[in-house]
Parts: sequence; C-alpha cells; structure tokens
Amino acid sequence: MDLGPHAAFIVASYAIFTLVLVSLTAWLLFDGARQKRLLEDLEAKGARRRRSGETERTK
Amino acid sequence: MQKQSITQKLANPTRFMALSGTLLPWLAGIAVVLIVYGLYRGWTAPPDYQQGETIRIMYIHVPSAWLGMMGYALIAVSSFGLLVFRHPLADVSAKAAAPIGAAFTLLALITGSLWGKPMWGTYWVWDARLTSVLLLFFLYLGLIALRTSIEEETLASKLTAVLALVGVVILPFIKISVEGLSVPWLGLEIPAWNTLHQPSSVFRSDGPKIHASQLYPLLYSALGFTFLFFALHMKGMRNEILRRRVKALRIAEVDRAREKEAVAAAE
Repeated sequence: MDLGPHAAFIVASYAIFTLVLVSLTAWLLFDGARQKRLLEDLEAKGARRRRSGETERTK
Repeated sequence: MQKQSITQKLANPTRFMALSGTLLPWLAGIAVVLIVYGLYRGWTAPPDYQQGETIRIMYIHVPSAWLGMMGYALIAVSSFGLLVFRHPLADVSAKAAAPIGAAFTLLALITGSLWGKPMWGTYWVWDARLTSVLLLFFLYLGLIALRTSIEEETLASKLTAVLALVGVVILPFIKISVEGLSVPWLGLEIPAWNTLHQPSSVFRSDGPKIHASQLYPLLYSALGFTFLFFALHMKGMRNEILRRRVKALRIAEVDRAREKEAVAAAE
C-alpha cells in the first residue's frame, strides 16, 4: 500500500498509538496479577480482616 | 425488604468483582472486534480528496480526543459520587480512570501533532484547542500526582475529587474553543477562537460533514476504543479493589501482632 509523501507521519502515529495502548494494557494485567498473588499469599498465611469488636475480645 | 437500585447493588465490592469478572472478557472481545473492523474499513476506504492518505490518522486521533475528554467526565462524575453520595466504589472508579484518560489525551496530542505537520506545516501552535487539550493532560497529571503525594487514603481521595470537579470547566472550554457558543435565549454569544484546528465534522446540528466512506469506519473505530476504555477501566477498578484488600489485611495483621506483644508484655 502506497501511503504517499507523508507515510512517515502515518506510520509513526500508529506505532506510538499501539505502543502506548499495549504498554497501558500490559501494566494493568501485570498489576492485577501482582495484587492477586499478594492477596493469595496473605490468605495462605492465615491473614484475615478485622471484624468489629475484635480488639475488645482480644483485650 | 427494600429493593436495591443497580448503583446500590454495585456498591458492594465483592458483588462488583463477581459481575466485572464475567463482563470484562466480553467488553475486551467486543472492543477488539470493533477496532479491527473499524480500522480495516478505514484503511481500505479511498484517500481523502484534500488530505490524501493522512486521513488514516483520523481513525485513531479522533477517538483518542473523545476518550480523553470522556475519561475526565467519568472522573468528575465519580468524584461527585464520592463527595455527595459517598459511594464506596466512586473513588475506585476515579482513581482507575485517571491513567487511562491521561494516556488517551497524550495520544490525541501526539497523533494530532503528527497529523498537523503535513497538513498545517507545523507540529504545534499555541491556539485555544491545542492548548486546552494540553491543559487537560496536565490536569490528569495533577490528579495522579496529588493522590500519590498524600499517604492518608481518605484525605487523598477527597482532595483529588475536589480538584477533579474544579478542573471539569476545561471540558466545555475545549469544545467552545473551536466552535464558539451561541445561546440566544440567554443572550450568550461566545465567538470561536482563532485556530488552525478544524471544527467538529461529526457531531453537528446540521449533520456530519464527512463522507460515509470515512464516517462509518470512524464511528466503528471510536465505538471499539470506547469499549476498550471501559474494559481497561474495569480492570483498573478490579486491581484497585484487590490493592485495598491487600492493604486492609496487612494492617489487620500488624494490629494483631502489636496486640499480642502488648498482652505478652502485660503478663
């Protein structure tokens, strides 16, 4: 396909566009996997959320 | 028992995680199909009679600009939801939308600049449209910077929400910058600024001004990228909910360890 005299501008636009969106998607996927792993590790160690009144019972 | 509205049902993060887990693959799939179809039609359409092949940049530049603005509107609505209704997911939504909106705004600036050079003879001019979109990008950066600079999460979310609502004035400014505004019954007449940027060719009171061979690929592409935006936003919200759960578990564990130490010391 002949993109004419301004081919470099068209190709650069699509290249940068793809790079930014792929990077954003990869960051979100990586961050999601990391948070999930951290949560699973904590739960495997027996960590649990504090329930109301728990402090008083412990004391 | 009182019936819950959809926003009340979604206020429960656990319910949101279940629903979004089902919806996310569908959103992403629809986005990919629409983007591929829209760009395929855009690239096989005849070149523009004036702009030639550079019209291909329109299929990514225009959706980026729309989504940059939509992202900020989403943050403003979420911020309103946080400050007025204290919706538990409103802040999660605002926080997740900021980097995605910033990315699309940056892409609108870059692709616009690369389109501008062959068409206008320059990458950049300090006119009302380009400058107001640059300000929008800086507003996004300001929101992200403000939130990360305050450690206390509740305070950070409230201050960011206030800044987001103040900054929302930029959205009508971007629109008016090229087209002006006329509201005769209010006696309001704002002229369009002097600008190289063309006025809107799609959303006009007298109908779209571009040929159907370019209009439909643009609409498919814009719809596809809108689905992609919401898929990324949903993923960002899910990540944020998980991050807050991790933080809550860590805090609870530290508190328990301290209490055990205190009990042992007392004995």
